[in-house]
Amino acid sequence: MTTTTGTRIRGGIGESVKRPDGIPKVIGNFAYASDLAADGMLWGATLRSPYARARVVRLDPAAALAIPGVQAILTQDDVPGRKTFGQITADQPVLVDGEARFWGEPAAVVAADDPETARLAVAAIDVEWEELEPLVDMEEALGRDEVFRYAPVRRGDPDATGTVVVEGYYEVGMQDQAPLGTEAGLAIPDGEGGVDLWVTSQWTHEDHDQIWRSLDLAPDQVRQHPTGIGGAFGAREDMSLHIHVCLLALRTGRPVKMVYNREESFPGHVHRHPARMWYRHEADADGTLVKVEAKIILDGGAYMDTTPAVVGNAVYFTTGPYRVDSVQVDGYGVRTNNPPTGAMRGFGVVQVCFAHESQMDRLAEALGMDPLELRKHNALTTGDPLPTTGQIIETPLPTVGVIEQLAAIPLPPPLDSDDPRRLPGGTGLTTTPDYVTRGVGYAVSLKNIAFSEAFDDFAEARVVLSPSGVEVHTAAVEVGQGMVTVLQQIARTALGVEQVAIVPTDTSEIGSAGSTSASRQTQMAGGAVLEAARAVRDLALEQAGGDDLTSDGVWRAGELVMTLDELCADGPISHHTRFRHPPTEEPDENGQGDLHADFAVAAHRAVVDVDAELGLVRVVQVDTAQDVGLVLNPQSVRGQIEGGILQGVGLAVMEELVLDRGIILNASFTDYLLPTFLDAPEVEMALIEEPSPWGPFGAKGMGEPPTISSTPAVVAAIRNATGLELNRVPIRPQDITGT
Amino acid sequence: MDIRFRLNGEDRAVDAGASQSLLSLLRDGLGLPGSKNACEQGECGSCTVVMDGRAVCSCLVLAADTDGADITTVEGLGDEDTLHAVQAALVDGGGVQCGFCTPGFVVAAAHLFESNPTPSTDEIREALSGNICRCTGYGGILRSLEGLAGR
Ligand code: FES
Ligand code: FES
Repeated sequence: MTTTTGTRIRGGIGESVKRPDGIPKVIGNFAYASDLAADGMLWGATLRSPYARARVVRLDPAAALAIPGVQAILTQDDVPGRKTFGQITADQPVLVDGEARFWGEPAAVVAADDPETARLAVAAIDVEWEELEPLVDMEEALGRDEVFRYAPVRRGDPDATGTVVVEGYYEVGMQDQAPLGTEAGLAIPDGEGGVDLWVTSQWTHEDHDQIWRSLDLAPDQVRQHPTGIGGAFGAREDMSLHIHVCLLALRTGRPVKMVYNREESFPGHVHRHPARMWYRHEADADGTLVKVEAKIILDGGAYMDTTPAVVGNAVYFTTGPYRVDSVQVDGYGVRTNNPPTGAMRGFGVVQVCFAHESQMDRLAEALGMDPLELRKHNALTTGDPLPTTGQIIETPLPTVGVIEQLAAIPLPPPLDSDDPRRLPGGTGLTTTPDYVTRGVGYAVSLKNIAFSEAFDDFAEARVVLSPSGVEVHTAAVEVGQGMVTVLQQIARTALGVEQVAIVPTDTSEIGSAGSTSASRQTQMAGGAVLEAARAVRDLALEQAGGDDLTSDGVWRAGELVMTLDELCADGPISHHTRFRHPPTEEPDENGQGDLHADFAVAAHRAVVDVDAELGLVRVVQVDTAQDVGLVLNPQSVRGQIEGGILQGVGLAVMEELVLDRGIILNASFTDYLLPTFLDAPEVEMALIEEPSPWGPFGAKGMGEPPTISSTPAVVAAIRNATGLELNRVPIRPQDITGT
Repeated sequence: MDIRFRLNGEDRAVDAGASQSLLSLLRDGLGLPGSKNACEQGECGSCTVVMDGRAVCSCLVLAADTDGADITTVEGLGDEDTLHAVQAALVDGGGVQCGFCTPGFVVAAAHLFESNPTPSTDEIREALSGNICRCTGYGGILRSLEGLAGR
């Protein structure tokens, strides 16, 4: 194995290197998908189902087509290739195929000369719907056997008993990723029957593989390009308008742009799965967990999307980071007519973490034990079997470490201000300090990193060294988290060359880097870049007979023996690699096997102030300790942690899509509440660096854990302040006031 | 309809639709995509511009009502070579992730610092509470601006 250069390089790993996209973003000229334009461009718009379930009685575009400026109106009949799409199973019609199965499902798409005309045309389409009874209750769906995936775990003695038993029922509402940038795309026909697409996406190759099939083109006739994305959080892992905008461009022979407005963005992407969970924990009198039983139902919406993988995560992380010898779980993802669900930061683990951490607190109370002592007593660590699957954990797993380091962070001072900005309810001036009770709560989480369950998970990268510096080519998508910065740092450190550019690479120019999700891209794209960069360095050293490489060239025993110009006289030195993490297995019929590639733990402590009479909560501070393997960029790590925590706080106290007969009642930023600057808690953090066996330089993915245990920590704190059970998130004011 | 206004320090005469928002005029009519559209309801601040000395959501302003106005967008505050102090602070301080909220924060924060060069933490939070950021949790933005305020 090669070692990296001994000299510390400026802009290498471990530094808070500035983002290469920072300046374009602050001056307003970074190009997001919604900013793109092309000569002769048309605008697309979408006709959507007004019901969660309805039959199309009539859909006649003739009158709308006659409007001046309308260039095309397409329906499912106009899809030339595969009529359906979907990541795991292609079960969703490109456009409604006679029956709409969720509110807002696209039924027809229009291209017109300008956005106004496109919208007018949508309204002018002669469409008649016959509303059908929607299936909106997940238990009813299970009763009818509408199941996308059933995943069981049977491990250990099902008859084992403990002396203390706690049972609980928990619910999680539907959370929206609400990335600030909505779905947007620009498709440009190439004049030879093919098409180029720029579109909001977390995984260009996966989209591409679905798009060409529906367009009935050869794979190389469709090229999907990376573009600026205004946040993702899972919402860009499944496709939205991708096929539609390509169909319109190919039909009209002109570039077509589509941008969803906020109202259509809400049904326009998958959401976090709502969940119902029944738990039973049994423990010995000393707190040792004996058995965990659970039944978990996740609402998968109308189409499959990534529901099977989300169910897997929920089931295999049912117990959290605790040793248990007997685990019996039944997990289901069911089909309903509710809005689509799929990937959102935390991916199935968020739901069960709320349940298992609530259970651990209840168990501690039943045992008369300190909740942190109970967690430490049962803490899962390296060398233990994962309690659900039996997989021996090989990565460092500092569960006790995160708990102890979290507990060591000082608590904030008591509420000492009557400034309304520091009180629950804020500047509404609704409460005074006399009515406010402080609460503190803890939670711990365990998350898998990268894709699991035998998925062939890989990332490609090409590293090219030339006299002007290094180019890194990868299709890995930057969604805002700072991956481009970290890839630059990895390449710099591995090569010893400071000038590194990450080159946007379309689907025809390189193979897949996999999705920017599952906390995987630092480890996967990062791993690929490290592997390719080390190979390039070895090639350079071999060619020049040297022992070190820098921006000047190759050195031997402290002397420059070949400049970069000389080294690259016959052309750049380049290496292309396909990086894979250690293989994972399919679960057997009992859910057993080595299903996961890597793991990380995190712990959160929330401090809240509550006015129980008015049901108002202010989250004062959320502290965390997180297992990150190695910090590659302190500023980015901090940013991921703070941003992730606030999304967890949002799920705890405000964020929920409210549904009625499958229709979203609050599909706007006026009614779907997002945490503002005044809602953001202070955050203190401790980072534990114990290297992952296969992450680049030991780094672990770290984007999801902040969102996972922050939610139950906030709930625990509110329970602590109020004494209420609170078995559902988000907690609404009426859940606290009881009225 | 014809509109004359001052935009980023330049007098402009432009043609706008009767029901067109200022945001749409800037983005689609004038080629200034820096102001972002994330809600068109005045709820997120991504489209913030300064108009006649007030920070406003350009998605809520009718272009027709801007005749005679003095408007500053993010493009008018700084460029690659001469960043506004707020822009530099956000780049350095970790205030930028996906960046979709960033132009709105830049304009709103620059407006705040103009009237109050040393805002307190609570004043920063309150002044920017109409701007939603989904990525940063506001921590990086707050530290950037506290630094600029000398805190
Ligand atoms: S786009 Fe104007 S406030 Fe959201
Ligand atoms: S940086 Fe993405 S919304 Fe603020």
